[in-house]
Amino acid sequence: MSREAYQVPSNLGGSQNAFGGADTGASGGAASLDGPMVAYLCGECNSRVSLKRGDQIRCKECGHRVLYKERTKRMVQFEAR
Amino acid sequence: MAPLIASQEELQRRRIVDINPETVSNFASTDFPGHWPGESHEWNLGKFRDNFNVEFHRNDQFEASFSLVGLDASIANAFRRILMAEVPSIAIEFVFVHNNTSVIQDEVLAQRLGLIPLKGSVEGINWMRWFKKPTEDDPEGGSTPSDFNTIVLRLDVKCEKNTNVDPKEDDPRKLYKHAHVYAKDITFHPVGRQEQFFVGDDAIQPVNPDILIAKLRPGQKIDMELHVIKGIGADHAKFSPVATASYRLLPDIKILRPIIGEDARKFVKCFPAGVIGLEQVTREEASQKGSGYEGHEGEMKAVVRDAFKDTVSRECLRHEEFQGKVKLGRVRDHFIFNVESVGQFDSDVLFLESVKVLKLKCARWKRGLVDLVR
Repeated sequence: MSREAYQVPSNLGGSQNAFGGADTGASGGAASLDGPMVAYLCGECNSRVSLKRGDQIRCKECGHRVLYKERTKRMVQFEAR
Repeated sequence: MAPLIASQEELQRRRIVDINPETVSNFASTDFPGHWPGESHEWNLGKFRDNFNVEFHRNDQFEASFSLVGLDASIANAFRRILMAEVPSIAIEFVFVHNNTSVIQDEVLAQRLGLIPLKGSVEGINWMRWFKKPTEDDPEGGSTPSDFNTIVLRLDVKCEKNTNVDPKEDDPRKLYKHAHVYAKDITFHPVGRQEQFFVGDDAIQPVNPDILIAKLRPGQKIDMELHVIKGIGADHAKFSPVATASYRLLPDIKILRPIIGEDARKFVKCFPAGVIGLEQVTREEASQKGSGYEGHEGEMKAVVRDAFKDTVSRECLRHEEFQGKVKLGRVRDHFIFNVESVGQFDSDVLFLESVKVLKLKCARWKRGLVDLVR
């Protein structure tokens, strides 16, 4: 199967994955039907790209196709040894 | 029957560890009861006090060199080991990362931060108590962070582009603000009674402000909280208050038969500068029969000037012409200590601290013995 022919499976059964159900709307401003907006960072120009499910994975500024997840906002504890 | 008393010569012989071309011999001490028949080698405080001697060679703030003469290797070694592993000091132990978008990973950064030597009011550090960590068996047993067991530091830096820079400039330190994160960027936030102890110059700060922690580029930031606790070197090397703590035995060089003329000059070159000197053979020596100097009046002979400076390289033992003329050794009970502090405490204080720790250990041992008898 070629890459172009691949279709993202549509979520028929409701909250099957992590983005469905409870998470919906938590990020705010997202269309509840299509899941929340998730912010990514462009691998080329480092600009923030907000995507929701079904969006084309592509930077809106430079068109680069590699996006990275943002670092967690949670505090992480380490031992200095 | 009164105990036998060994001659001075014999006692001197026993004090020397022999250094041979390939081997070391006579290295074990024998001054304990029962080794020499009929002699008394009872340990005695008065005798120890009379024979013990301390001499300082150098006493800078962070480096000290001194001799301890007249004690056993076991005690000298105990001091050395305690200095490295059991004298408490402070270091960063817990790192709470709020944000770190630099290229250096959180855990690597945390480990680097732990190794930064910190200094502060000695009185305050001594006032601090241990922070007990929770164990697997007792996950609730750890102490809670308080002013007497935890010091809070913060590292909060953000790299930004500098305005008004020469367009040809290519040094990132000039192009950007905080391109390099140094130890001096760590800030101290006193809580509770720490405000009384760590004031002004006595505030908790890195000993060396120019330690490079990380490198950043515009847009990257580091925001973390660092918790400093008291610990000992046995737990982790970052808690060790000394950079080096070592001792060597005083070298001993004996010239058994005269080394004269060209040989003497060669002999001097076998040792570091200042160890062996040259002297003229006097008329008196030359006229003495059997001294080996007959007919050599006015020539140069080798004499030992300062054995302290010798490195005991044994170079002189490799040459044919010095065979049987020189004896190398080390004085068994003369320990030349060298203590270098990382900067938290003065080096001479460190040694006293090690004595204090050994005293405490002895007291604990004594208490244990009493409990055993009961």
